[in-house]
Amino acid sequence: MDAIHEMASGSSPIHRLSPGAKLLLTVSFIMIVLSFPKYQLTGLFFFVLFPVIGYQVAGIPVSTCFRKLWVVLPLVCAVGIFNPFFDRKILAVIAGVKISGGVISMLSLMLKGIFCLMASFLLVATTTIEEICAALRKIHCPKMLTALLLLTFRYVHVLLEEVSLMTDAYHLRAPHQKGIHHSAWGSFLGQLILRTADRGSMLYESMILRGFHGEFLYAENKKYSRLSWLVAGFVLLLMIGARLVDLTALLGSLL
Amino acid sequence: MITLENVTCAYPGGKQVLETINLHIEEGETVGLIGANGAGKSTLMKALLGLAPYQGKITIDGQELKRDTLAEIRKTIGFVMQNSDNQMFMPTVYEDMLFGPMNYGATRKEAEEAVEEVLEMLGLAYLKPLYNHKISGGEKRMAAIATILAMRPKVVMMDEPTSALDPYNRRRVMETLKKISGTKILASHDLDFILDTCDRVLLLGEGKLVADGKAEEILSDGALLERYRLELPLSLTRR
Ligand SMILES: Nc1ncnc2c1ncn2[C@@H]1O[C@H](COP(=O)(O)OP(=O)(O)O)[C@@H](O)[C@H]1O
Ligand SMILES: [Mg+2]
Repeated sequence: MDAIHEMASGSSPIHRLSPGAKLLLTVSFIMIVLSFPKYQLTGLFFFVLFPVIGYQVAGIPVSTCFRKLWVVLPLVCAVGIFNPFFDRKILAVIAGVKISGGVISMLSLMLKGIFCLMASFLLVATTTIEEICAALRKIHCPKMLTALLLLTFRYVHVLLEEVSLMTDAYHLRAPHQKGIHHSAWGSFLGQLILRTADRGSMLYESMILRGFHGEFLYAENKKYSRLSWLVAGFVLLLMIGARLVDLTALLGSLL
Repeated sequence: MITLENVTCAYPGGKQVLETINLHIEEGETVGLIGANGAGKSTLMKALLGLAPYQGKITIDGQELKRDTLAEIRKTIGFVMQNSDNQMFMPTVYEDMLFGPMNYGATRKEAEEAVEEVLEMLGLAYLKPLYNHKISGGEKRMAAIATILAMRPKVVMMDEPTSALDPYNRRRVMETLKKISGTKILASHDLDFILDTCDRVLLLGEGKLVADGKAEEILSDGALLERYRLELPLSLTRR
């Protein structure tokens, strides 16, 4: 998590885009990806390019995203897992293998999930949470929501820190165990909640004592690239174009 | 500067922590707040910031502590927390230092100037670009102090500023304290530290303010300290 802090304050061209432009692109990307019909797999494939190029330009290996977010990957992939059982209509035959609608829609759901994850992680890894909140405030997102977003982010941070501290403490006194024995789960969880709540509230106190009142003036420091919105507009047009024209299929038919 | 009249603190559902405290602190004084673990030092400091429930009257810099004066009072008193990990939350030391002044209305330029000045004064310029999660405990404590000083508070209040520090960093904190002007309130049971930095000492014991006077007098009264689970400062026992 600390590494995310550090990644987010890097200085690649992506880092230097204005946070508002990045937020717009991420949200548009997610909406466009989700808008694909469930059987349209070929058009969707093309969209992997946007995050992958993004990671390249940002100088962050794509694998970082999966390493950090491996916990949620099964969840994302589990979404469409039952589709093949319900939807058995045969839509295509490739090399003699019959592909049912269920398999295709499962794949497209998984891809959508993974793409959205990749895009969101790219945003978080190249923009500090304060910058994101500041951008949201600029478009008049209610203070309540941005403060909530900020505190949630901080809380997750504290949570991960405490989990790692407590796991270390546990293993030092239980050397021959893998994981945490189920008899200790209850007290582990209880302790975790108490400790994180405590630290969370102290962090919050530290914020309000230093005058935090829901605004993020202090976050708008960097000189953002003046081309931000131009770049965002261009990429957005590309995305819309790729949504309307099935480029993968087009390429396929040209070959 | 700070006046407490019949201040009583009790946490909801808990027993009373502090009982009818009366005291006055003049502008420019350096006051040590001493007492054993659980004596109520932190609670008293939190009450001054409106973070702990209390009854009675607290006046700070001519303003009574109330809902609508809270922001002004929190700007007046800079509070260095006991655990710097809970105080610092921005990625870098520099960003953390800008946070306070800008929230209290300074422009970026003013805030940057204040930050530079404090870093210069404390000899901490090298900390500026470092990440909070990568600096040592001692550096983090110094950074936390710098963070508070950047807000230019009239009163600086520190909760156990020397806890968990090695001798070198403890000395650094002491030297820093001597450099900063204004009113200072330091809570600690490190009595050598208090003796070295404070003119006046407040002793909390069993929920009451049991002694209030010159630092040398209270800190050399072995019987009094022992009664409230404290010990003579080392520097006084050697003599
Ligand atoms: N949030 C809280 N809720 C209930 N009781 C508390 C709370 N914080 C502290 N206390 C109690 O108040 C007393 C004084 O605590 P504290 O002010 O932290 O002492 P000190 O800082 O002198 O060590 C202790 O008995 C402690 O258990
Ligand atoms: Mg304390």
